[in-house]
Amino acid sequence: MNSWISRAGDWLEERLGWRAAQELVQHKEVPIHRHSIWYYFGGMTLFLFGIQVGTGILLLLYYRPSAETAFESVQFIMTEVQFGWLIRSVHSYSANLMVATAFVHMFSTLFLRSFRRPREITWVSGALLLFLSLTFGFTGYLLPWNTLAFFATKVGTDIAGVLPVVGPFLLRFLRGGDEVTGATLTRLFGFHVAVLPAITTVFLGLHLYLVQKHGMSTPMSVDPDAVPKMKFVPQFVLRDLAGWLAAVALLAALAALFPWELGEKADPFAPAPAGIRPEWYFMFMFQTLKYIPARILGIDGEFLGILAFSLLGALLVLTPFVASGQKREGRVDRVVLVGIIVVIYIIVLTTLGYLG
Amino acid sequence: MDPSSGDRRGFLNYLLGTGALASLGAVFYPVIRFLIPPKVVESSASSVVACKASEIKPNAGKVFKFGSKPALLIQLASGGYRAFSAVCTHLDCTVQYRPDEKMIWCACHNGRYDLTGRNISGPPPRPLEEYKVNVRSDEIVVSRG
Amino acid sequence: MWPIVLFMLVGAPQPRPAVSPAASSCVRCHLQLDGALLEPARLFEHDVHFKQGLSCNGCHGGDPTVGVDSGGPGDAMNRARGYIGKPPRKKIAALCSSCHSSLDFMRRYNPQARVDQYAEYLTSIHGKKYAAGDPNVATCTDCHGIHGILEVASPNSPVHATNVASTCARCHADPKRMQAYGIPTNQFELYGRSVHGEALMKNNDLGAPTCNDCHGNHGAAPPGVDSVANVCGQCHTVQWDLFNKSPHKKAFAEGNLPACATCHENHDIRRTSDTMLGAEEPATCLTCHDKGSKGYAVAAEMKSGIVTLQNRLDAAHQLLERAERAGMEVSGPLYNLSEGRDRLIQARVVVHGFNAADLLKVLEVGDRIAASCKESGNKALDELAYRRKGLAVSVAILLGMIGLLLIKIRQLGK
Repeated sequence: MNSWISRAGDWLEERLGWRAAQELVQHKEVPIHRHSIWYYFGGMTLFLFGIQVGTGILLLLYYRPSAETAFESVQFIMTEVQFGWLIRSVHSYSANLMVATAFVHMFSTLFLRSFRRPREITWVSGALLLFLSLTFGFTGYLLPWNTLAFFATKVGTDIAGVLPVVGPFLLRFLRGGDEVTGATLTRLFGFHVAVLPAITTVFLGLHLYLVQKHGMSTPMSVDPDAVPKMKFVPQFVLRDLAGWLAAVALLAALAALFPWELGEKADPFAPAPAGIRPEWYFMFMFQTLKYIPARILGIDGEFLGILAFSLLGALLVLTPFVASGQKREGRVDRVVLVGIIVVIYIIVLTTLGYLG
Repeated sequence: MDPSSGDRRGFLNYLLGTGALASLGAVFYPVIRFLIPPKVVESSASSVVACKASEIKPNAGKVFKFGSKPALLIQLASGGYRAFSAVCTHLDCTVQYRPDEKMIWCACHNGRYDLTGRNISGPPPRPLEEYKVNVRSDEIVVSRG
Repeated sequence: MWPIVLFMLVGAPQPRPAVSPAASSCVRCHLQLDGALLEPARLFEHDVHFKQGLSCNGCHGGDPTVGVDSGGPGDAMNRARGYIGKPPRKKIAALCSSCHSSLDFMRRYNPQARVDQYAEYLTSIHGKKYAAGDPNVATCTDCHGIHGILEVASPNSPVHATNVASTCARCHADPKRMQAYGIPTNQFELYGRSVHGEALMKNNDLGAPTCNDCHGNHGAAPPGVDSVANVCGQCHTVQWDLFNKSPHKKAFAEGNLPACATCHENHDIRRTSDTMLGAEEPATCLTCHDKGSKGYAVAAEMKSGIVTLQNRLDAAHQLLERAERAGMEVSGPLYNLSEGRDRLIQARVVVHGFNAADLLKVLEVGDRIAASCKESGNKALDELAYRRKGLAVSVAILLGMIGLLLIKIRQLGK
């Protein structure tokens, strides 16, 4: 048995040169310190993304992306297809879980300053991946074509339209027209299953390559040479796996106990129902826009709000170049301070959004 | 290393292997079942098999489920088929075909519609929505415009 | 005799005037006056006669070609030229009829116009009293208006379906006016509370009947006791059919009871409920059927059958709602349940045959549907339980695997 495996390995080595990768994996090490727990969140996000791709492809076998058929096809998946309820609910819950772990992964690498030299591009690609996951969420949300999704998309694209210069173009680009129609559905579907996966593949590949190249970063308080380490294979991988299995169990429980809602088929001519809300990961921005006064110093309030968030987004991408890689002794750590303020802001505004 | 710890390790590995297979089974069993097409192959809101051609005779009507509302299939005395929404436009009662009078009748308040769905007598304010009918081998398929 | 004399006095239908109504001296002059002399001209501009090109002289006589540009009011309102001024009340009906009963005349404007309104009117209570000289009964202008007469189909017309009841009520709800005739004055109030009144006046359902649908338009008279059922049966055909075949038809006729109205009232027809049926107060059946009688037993049997079906349908509905709340998709069984409710509605109609065996047949179909929906609900809950069992098994496997991994991790150590 073993000789059979090694002979197969040799055959592949001659053609693919795969042993180099095997070497890399076997030599990879993970530092052990009091912040090691955060190392799991990147892999968890990747695992959940894998679940999204898998369940997404399965859903593609039955979903129909037109205004006349989308809702009925999702209803069909939930009621007639064997375990359709499971695949669809897992897809929805895993999407939310993935965005949550992506945020945790981003904040942990921020607070631990993993973005410092030489990992700037890793950070930039990661920030872009975060925005891509939010875009996946936004485009996927419309696909069941129910009332909530329809109006959330209308409000979301309305907000995009407020941006100066590019706003009107962006609105028409996203909607496939002036209003949210079946054209919007087909277009966002195309984005969701083809365009975004293609772009994500590029940046994800870059991100993963860079992580392997630079190895795991350590917090500044830790000496990278002296810190104890565990081997990636098998120690870290087994722990990773345990976490992934726990995630699968959680998703299965959520799907079985709280199946994702179907809602009612969208009616473009009906008035907007009360209580339209975006998904939770957009809630803090949505709630902020509600609080901004209509005009500030003569400028449209909504526009200022969106401008502010756009600037913050740009700042996030450029963090390695604007934030200090060093922690200055004796002075308040600005990166941590800003980070904590942002986290608290997000939590408070999201909570207010659900209470209001 | 004593032999018992080696045995334990071996046993643990055996358990892990079995556990891994069981876990994979638990994950892939629903996936395989998902891939196999269900009995009803298509969603029924925009196109429905009303019935088999042998189940309806000339000058007869049949109420069937279309989406979440009732619909009426009529085979004319001349052999052709017509299909309409069976929801009366007056107060939503379910209409029926009257073979004796060759028109569509609503029992609730004596509303009448002709064979084009037009409201011709009684309280109904609007005609019945007409659907498209096609015959596919021996199945009568009704679909929305 | 009098109608013919009046007709001769007023004359044959007036010829088409030489000028359009807007250009007639009548309208042009009166529009420049004010108060009571202005009103008729102002209203007339919206009148259906005005729109058809008929002018004031069509009813009042006179010459519309003179009086403004040439001559004066005396030339237009000239008795020698047929001017009759304000027609006396007792001549109004014949005046209107002089055109509206002439098919030759009316077909110029509407070939499908009816020309029997006057003949019908003369058969009505209003018409008979009017012909006898009573100035207080309704005639054409009281309902249709005088100068601003609109088409019946116009929602602003006092004789549009939605307005008929209030127009009739102008007199019939006035106690002082009706005192002389000794008839009740609460019909409008009762009708307003009824299911028909609500449908027509609140929900604009033009399919609902109003005064003229049961009493007639121009030949208005209350339907006789023996013809009430035929009137209601115009729309409620199934109940009418069943009633005619039931033992109640003969029994009511013998007792001179007005069929449908005996149990359902005539004006204050309320939304029916199951409490009307049965052998317990306040059931309507108890009005005639005493305890121990056959009718009493039939009423009780019918009531219990309907209540049982209602309960079974409600139980099935609750079960399906529970399944739906738990996340199961049960729109199919819920649709089938609505068919069960249709059987319940049908049962309440079949009651009018007053035959327990017939009713039971309908209830049986409904019971079968309720049972099958209950089964679907149970199946949905079973599927839910299956999912939870499957979940428990999968989670157990996964937790077991996680446990094994943790042991392995500890075993591997550093």
